[in-house]
Amino acid sequence: MVDPSFIAVATITIASAVIALEFREIIYGAIALAISLLGIAMFFVLLDATFVAMFQIAVYVGAVIVLVIFTIMLVRREAWMAVPEGKRKIMGLIIMFIIMFGLGAVFIRSGLTQWSVPENTVTFTQIGEQMLTYYSPALIAMALTLAAAVIGALALAKIDLGAKESGSSN
Amino acid sequence: MAAVIDYVIVSAILLAIGIYGLTVKRNAIRMLFAIEIIINAANLNLVAFSRNLPAPNAAGQTLALFSIAIAAAEVAVGLALIIVAYRIHKDIDVKEFRSMSG
Repeated sequence: MVDPSFIAVATITIASAVIALEFREIIYGAIALAISLLGIAMFFVLLDATFVAMFQIAVYVGAVIVLVIFTIMLVRREAWMAVPEGKRKIMGLIIMFIIMFGLGAVFIRSGLTQWSVPENTVTFTQIGEQMLTYYSPALIAMALTLAAAVIGALALAKIDLGAKESGSSN
Repeated sequence: MAAVIDYVIVSAILLAIGIYGLTVKRNAIRMLFAIEIIINAANLNLVAFSRNLPAPNAAGQTLALFSIAIAAAEVAVGLALIIVAYRIHKDIDVKEFRSMSG
């Protein structure tokens, strides 16, 4: 039987995901997204994956949401509040329910319902060992990807005064 | 302890909400929110299946860690692109970005 803590976390996560997309003021949407991501972290705790939960909170709520909120403050406009959605919203809702019930029906009729939960769990020592031995090439590749992404983002977002002047003189 | 099917159902609901956001919203930041929700649905699946394997196996959690890191990089680049587009078009409505089509 499903335990009450799971139901509570699922409700928080799904409701705040909907609020993140539907709230009129986008900065409250960002805060709702943070709550939704915290809900996912709580799921990770329920799944005995505390290390992943800690990583999720540090990276998503600590870094990504702060970045998103700063960007919203930079580009925010009153005009966004009154974007009409009309027909697209109805189509989107239809697509959403088709995916939701289609996938749900497939999963419920599949063999997943017969899976039993084993007792053994993975400790974070094992994750750390695997990351530094078997997955070390992937770790290095990920570090390079992150560095490249950060440098690329900086290069994209910087204002190039020299190029602007030479462009106007031509 | 909830079984794996419960997590998979929650993950499917989050995926459907994310796809709804991607199809309906035209605000670029909201579309980024929808992508975040979809990525988190995938991560939830990874960790849920990893927990329910018969033998203890750290591969699923490790893959979830890599996935979170890559998602953070994706958000950084996406927000930089949004700022550049705002500087050019003075708006972040994706309808305004039609100059990119041929």
